[in-house]
Amino acid sequence: MQEAMIAKAKAMLADGTVDRVIGWKRGEFWYDITPAVFETAEEIDRDLVFDDFTAANVSKYLIKECVKGGGRILVFLKPCDTYSFNQLLKEHRIDRGMIYVVGIECYGKIDPDKIRNRGITGVKSAVNDCGTLKIETVYGTETMPAYEVMAERCLSCKSKKHVVYDELIGEDGEVTDSDRFDMVEKLENMTAQERFDFWRGELSKCIRCNACRDVCPACTCEHCVFDNDKSGIANKAPFSDFEENNFHIIRAFHVAGRCTDCGECSRVCPQNIPLHLLNRKFIKDINSLYGEYQAGADTDSRAPLTDYTQDDCEPSVVHERGVE
Amino acid sequence: MLRIKLDRIDELLAAIAKAQTLYLPVDRSDGQAEFRKWTEGARLSNALNTVRSAKDFFFPQTEKLMEFKTEGKKIEVVDTREDCEDFVIFGVRACDARSFEILDKVYLVDPVDTFYKNRRDHATVVTMACDRPAETCFCHAYGIDMTEPGGDVTCYKQGGYLYVNANTDKGTRLVETVASLLEDGDTAELEKAKAQTKEIYAQLPLAKLSMDNFGGDKMDEYFNSPKWKELSEACLGCGTCTFICPTCQCFDIQDFNTGHGIKRYRCWDSCMYSEFTKTAGGQPRPSQLERFRQRFMHKLVYFPANNEGEFGCVGCGRCLVKCPISMNIVKVMKALEEK
Amino acid sequence: MQVNENKEFEPVIVAFCCNWCSYAGADLSGTNRLNYPANVKIIRVPCSCRVNPMFILRAFQRGADGVIICGCHPGDCHYTSGNYYARRRMTLLFSMLDFLGIERDRTRVEWVSAAEGAKFAATMNEFTEAVRALGPNRRLEDLRCRKQ
Repeated sequence: MQEAMIAKAKAMLADGTVDRVIGWKRGEFWYDITPAVFETAEEIDRDLVFDDFTAANVSKYLIKECVKGGGRILVFLKPCDTYSFNQLLKEHRIDRGMIYVVGIECYGKIDPDKIRNRGITGVKSAVNDCGTLKIETVYGTETMPAYEVMAERCLSCKSKKHVVYDELIGEDGEVTDSDRFDMVEKLENMTAQERFDFWRGELSKCIRCNACRDVCPACTCEHCVFDNDKSGIANKAPFSDFEENNFHIIRAFHVAGRCTDCGECSRVCPQNIPLHLLNRKFIKDINSLYGEYQAGADTDSRAPLTDYTQDDCEPSVVHERGVE
Repeated sequence: MLRIKLDRIDELLAAIAKAQTLYLPVDRSDGQAEFRKWTEGARLSNALNTVRSAKDFFFPQTEKLMEFKTEGKKIEVVDTREDCEDFVIFGVRACDARSFEILDKVYLVDPVDTFYKNRRDHATVVTMACDRPAETCFCHAYGIDMTEPGGDVTCYKQGGYLYVNANTDKGTRLVETVASLLEDGDTAELEKAKAQTKEIYAQLPLAKLSMDNFGGDKMDEYFNSPKWKELSEACLGCGTCTFICPTCQCFDIQDFNTGHGIKRYRCWDSCMYSEFTKTAGGQPRPSQLERFRQRFMHKLVYFPANNEGEFGCVGCGRCLVKCPISMNIVKVMKALEEK
Repeated sequence: MQVNENKEFEPVIVAFCCNWCSYAGADLSGTNRLNYPANVKIIRVPCSCRVNPMFILRAFQRGADGVIICGCHPGDCHYTSGNYYARRRMTLLFSMLDFLGIERDRTRVEWVSAAEGAKFAATMNEFTEAVRALGPNRRLEDLRCRKQ
């Protein structure tokens, strides 16, 4: 896959179809891969990488690159990234004419935290040999089935289908039957006190680094209300429980109906807060109250929050639910 | 050296906690470690590093400085400083222990930060030597010996024993309070183990990292380097690296209007944020490139220029693990060194 | 609101009322001399869909124990469709608050027309009593704003 990508990128640079390539750049170690913009064939040969650790969703970088102008951009998108891409298109944040999308097949990405949590450290290299992850460390060699250390979001992958592409490398998959709402459902079936305790435990870890917001492909406001000192609610640090709740509720609400459930927020959270559950709660509610809707699946449907029907349910449906 | 069997470590912790408030790294349900106040049944984490560094004890993320109460046209200023009790931080690693010295250079020089000093004076730092360094460790580059972490008391784990050695008066007083639990032991095996740890470290990818090419005199060489553009390209501008960093020491002072008065807080700030340098006169660092450059220039050049060559980094490796896009100080150093 | 141990708890209710229907409804209930509790603080908004979720959270932060949004009946919006959007937004927001374990009965949406002075008074009476029964808002409170 990586070889095909490198060849494709170099060919398109060489014939002048594109003048830069967005992809992933090799790091110091096995897992620390950085999204990057490549401009020359040498850089691509040396640094472009695609493996089990290229987890970052690079679609958001297109906003910056489109603003820069210049020639066309080649971007490599995994199936879930294509949903974000569509959503950005729909919101007129990127210019389709400037972008050449190469869809790439994805088998799920590995979560380095899951490897660390097994006490594995001092890693020198990690190789995936047909589903078996072999990790060389200074303390010895460890092997494990790759799916055991796969990222949570990939284990409940919603779709292996590319919803937009100009060209594909590898096979296109299908929208999968995913169990991604299981945890939301589990929480819904708890009592209010249990839910409150769960979220207080999680959100109290928040250090307000804003990584969830900054990485989110749906969070594309030029000036966030939480950065605007004139808004009266800007804050750089959680002084009280309220501010943690406020930030995460408002953020989730602002991307409700636009969140494609790419899971980047939870991936980047340094404190491992399961932020995607907030977004999934909105998605689940939207699906059940206003009909199935997958943000980013297309570029022309109306988003559920900019739409209505005359016989929508009343807000009192929330009060009529079972568990108190 | 004094020692105690590792399976009796809970007794030792309980005894310390009886004398003073005790904080120690414990494992969270998500598998990561954080410093928490000791409670009955708390187990010392084996993790190499906590997610948040130990700087929180002296330089907390938020703290109340004062309060203003308004009534009609009268304003009353309320001093909200609280007395700090003696406390013990147990299990601090060598890198975090060194970070306290770096913070001291900022907060204990004239004008002394009394909030910081107050907590520093009341703390006893018990360090834990490392025996299982990770691939992200590069403390050695800053002359830190991970097997001799310093602090008021140093602890070493070896062969089923926890060795305890007091380094300062404060440390001696603490060890005396738990002396009945400790016995004398031979240290020959411990010395061997230390040498072994260093051998392991030497095999790690960052063992050869050197700071020779950095320091206070490199300003002209690096400030205008064309590398910054490429390095900062993917930076999200989030504050993860600064908030988990044990040496980042920037703060902001914010007033909070409660509707019936003002509370003034100090909170961590990040040079990665767009409003960090926002002033009435405008924005001297308009793009992420300048902000990104500032963070690394500060650690590698400006800080040593102002502090007898001491770097603003201790090589704990937290940012290497946590950066959402995996851009970090090691990559920056290597890129800048490339001619 | 001050919580005095010796006195009965008096909830603070914030009511966002649409200018065209519910605010006029409140007026009507006043001119008809119908009673509704002094606990209710009305904030006039041009339309129920002007209510940003943040308004509701901020009200709780500053000491509200209950928040109610009143607008024109669906179909009667002065701006044709504002309340339809508000209806979806508030449904999702209330559901999220519930998901976070915040008592769902502290928030409500009611449609009150300019002619429904009696409904306005009855709604406010009933909502105030419901919030009183819940007790003070603790789960979405900002401790810094509590009056000592």
